[in-house]
Amino acid sequence: MATLAERLETVWEPPRSVYSTLASVDHKVIGKRYLVTAFVFLIIGGVEAAVIRAQLTHSNEHLLSPEAYNQLFTMHGLTMIFWYAFPILSGFSNYFFPLMIGSRDMAYPRMNAFSYWCFLLSGVFLYTGYALGLGPDRGWFAYAPLTERLYAPGINMDFYTLALIFLTISGTVGSINFIVTAFKLRAPGMSLGRLPLFMYGTLTASFSIIFALPSLSVACVFLYLDRKFGTHFFDPGGGGSAILWQHLFWIFGHPWVYVVVLPALSFVSMIIPTFARRPIVGYTWNALGVVMTGVIGFGVWVHHMFATGLPPMAMSFFSAGSMTVVIPSAISIFVWLATIWQGRVVPTTSMLFALGFIFLFVIGGVSGVVTAATPFDWAITDTYFVVAHIHYVLAGINLFPVIAAFYYWLPKITGRMLSERLGKWNFWVMFLSFNLGFFPMHISGLLGMPRRIFTYPAGVGWDTVNLITSIGSYIFALGVLLFVINFFWSLRYGARAGDNPWDASSLEWATSSPPPPYNFDVIPTIGSRDPLWEERLGMGKRSSIHEGPTLAGPGKETLQTSTLDGEPVAILRMPEDSIWPFIVSLALLAAFYGLVASVWGLALAGGILTLFGVHGWLWPSRAAVEA
Amino acid sequence: MMRPASRPAHTLSVLGWWLLAIAILVVVIIGVLELIPIIRHRGSTLADTALVNTAPSTRWIVIGVVLTGLTLLGTFAYSMVVMGETVSPDERPALTIEITGHRWWWEARYPRTKSSMSFTTANELHIPVGVPVRLEVASADVIHSFWVPRLHGKIDLIPGVRNQFWIRADSAGRYRGQCAEYCGLQHSNMALYVTAESAEQFRNWLALQSRPAAAPQGSEAARGLQRFMQTCALCHTVRGTEAKGVMGPDLTHVASRETIAGAALTNNRGNLSGWVVNAPSLKPGTLMPRIDLEPDELHAVVSYLETLR
Repeated sequence: MATLAERLETVWEPPRSVYSTLASVDHKVIGKRYLVTAFVFLIIGGVEAAVIRAQLTHSNEHLLSPEAYNQLFTMHGLTMIFWYAFPILSGFSNYFFPLMIGSRDMAYPRMNAFSYWCFLLSGVFLYTGYALGLGPDRGWFAYAPLTERLYAPGINMDFYTLALIFLTISGTVGSINFIVTAFKLRAPGMSLGRLPLFMYGTLTASFSIIFALPSLSVACVFLYLDRKFGTHFFDPGGGGSAILWQHLFWIFGHPWVYVVVLPALSFVSMIIPTFARRPIVGYTWNALGVVMTGVIGFGVWVHHMFATGLPPMAMSFFSAGSMTVVIPSAISIFVWLATIWQGRVVPTTSMLFALGFIFLFVIGGVSGVVTAATPFDWAITDTYFVVAHIHYVLAGINLFPVIAAFYYWLPKITGRMLSERLGKWNFWVMFLSFNLGFFPMHISGLLGMPRRIFTYPAGVGWDTVNLITSIGSYIFALGVLLFVINFFWSLRYGARAGDNPWDASSLEWATSSPPPPYNFDVIPTIGSRDPLWEERLGMGKRSSIHEGPTLAGPGKETLQTSTLDGEPVAILRMPEDSIWPFIVSLALLAAFYGLVASVWGLALAGGILTLFGVHGWLWPSRAAVEA
Repeated sequence: MMRPASRPAHTLSVLGWWLLAIAILVVVIIGVLELIPIIRHRGSTLADTALVNTAPSTRWIVIGVVLTGLTLLGTFAYSMVVMGETVSPDERPALTIEITGHRWWWEARYPRTKSSMSFTTANELHIPVGVPVRLEVASADVIHSFWVPRLHGKIDLIPGVRNQFWIRADSAGRYRGQCAEYCGLQHSNMALYVTAESAEQFRNWLALQSRPAAAPQGSEAARGLQRFMQTCALCHTVRGTEAKGVMGPDLTHVASRETIAGAALTNNRGNLSGWVVNAPSLKPGTLMPRIDLEPDELHAVVSYLETLR
């Protein structure tokens, strides 16, 4: 008689082969792939930034031609915002959603694999253009009509529209998966009020994505049609509207800012209670604040357009909206402060990154308020002040929590601890150089330096601040390198992590590090928000982690529960590994190559192959039919 | 923001300093609130720190959020007052200038009551000191943004849209401006200058600019005019001659300007010669093409341009 673990192993662990590599639908495998791929994009985007900073170090530099510079800053923006900032968060969410809610996989494992392949291949598609010298060169915001064929005759911007459309497939599919997983696959007893705060961030971001991405897709489809087929959506000469692009883009674009920060905020909401040694103070406040941010985030987009000549009354509404969205962020800040005041801070590396993040979040937040004040925005919009703001937001509020999350959760993923000593160095180098490099950008903006210029004349007084910014950004890059070194060091020399190295309270720490393919031997039953602490906190032992349904049936199974209260509803039969998600995304890649190069035969073939692949994907296996 | 030279720019600047002061205050307060519990428990480790089992108190969350809300309300109210003060001038503008953005230079048309006195110039505005000036802005191609930091904020120049804006200068001087909306290859080299001068100097400038170009004196300049008509006139206008092109800047008084090429180059004989024969080498991507001229032809054309004072 095989033990429970052995039986689960045979069901959940496929034999290793090339096929199983390409066909894997295990959320942990996909999560790791997301993390590694997104981190590689971070490094690529960082190298691009380093070249940009070399060009801007002093006035009248000729290292780069204007064309090379314009491609570089566009690729830097696209890479960081679309191929790093969100996918890295998806990586954590993919890996930890099922572990935090006591499930054995995501709700739609094959769609999960498909989402990853689309993310990877859309990045490959984008960089194909760049490698051919045809990278997008009109900025990540791509304002029409500068992007129309008349003003951008190469196929550079076709790579832009199609790569983004390709990526939106990944984002949409992934978001549906997160929502259904969080609502349907929670362990029994995990009501919405016991959901780890981690999940509120990704859940809100997923809803935002579903409502925001269509606007981007539509804008990109319109632009593609304008460019390839001569429609006039954004061409004022043909009755179109240049400003329409800005509305479509920012109705997507501003919610996207919250998409790339809310999950990161909720990482911090997990890390801070662990190292303040107490349950979070103001759980409900925090959860509601995150959801509120997502909702209000849809009512602020015009603050990107205060200089376009809109009526003052319209601008005042959006200024008010932009100030209102600060309130839920303030809630988060005060929740974290209250938690560390009412706890005992243990300054691990992860905690330092989380605490450093709070400080950067405040700076990025107040500089956001400054830009929301309409008349002052006329003075600072499109200057380096906004570049400083966006970097405090995207690096401060995304990258710092991400590094905090790596120090916190990598031991769970790899089973090895990172070096705390190198980690402290890593934090201080990154934190100090970040402020050294990016804070002076505020000043260059106030001194009148516009964004997106490849050079500037001597004598306008921008040399010194730019030199400091460049130095700071290079040290910052070294800081990121220290993290990479620490990661590889830990794989070889790191101490064994054990199940729960931080003595944390949430469910992912109840299983081994790294977790087995089936996550948990038994499906746990949850009785509180802090299942691993409840005994010591005198909540009375209510959760049950080691006893419960085993679901070790002949195929992969997990439990479905009700949306609000987490009452068991059904046993779900989970799909086996499948090569079809990979094939479908390859077919899409072929179709997009056809569309960008106007090779319509290839586009058609890719389209047909996609349909064929979906057919294969949905074809039921013999085993499933017989069961 | 820095060194405002006009009433609206000064108002914006005061708002800016207030906002920054509040911002810095908030950062300091939160920073201190964050540091205190860290310092209080410095040196603690996971092993020697037991879980804290006290009832959570959310009172300070409520107080913090309410204070934040009040600060935001005050900030919003103040900024709306400033918007009311700066969005349009408080007195009737003394004159209107029509500005059209081009890749990568600024066209400025001064409409006059007598239409034959109207004229067009490029990259250099002159305005009288101490009075508001109305700007009507549009674009000939892509989106640009007009911005002279010491005089006011920004206004976008959007194709298919005619936006209204205004500036004023309260002390005489020469103010640099630059395109603020990314507009392609030479976005960085799309600058302009605004010269604010006394009413009398401004009247003189208007009078000079509204005159058609004088016929060139001297045989070299005359040959230059001839050559100019064969090639340059396709794109450039010189009032008083047959040159009526509209692709490039109006050159009727080009020699009176201090800069050329979207204020990228000082206007002197060397730069002008280089620009005429091979503009793309000086400003890659410029729509001004290379012109094949023999050396003596070039000298003649430049000599002619230098007569256009």
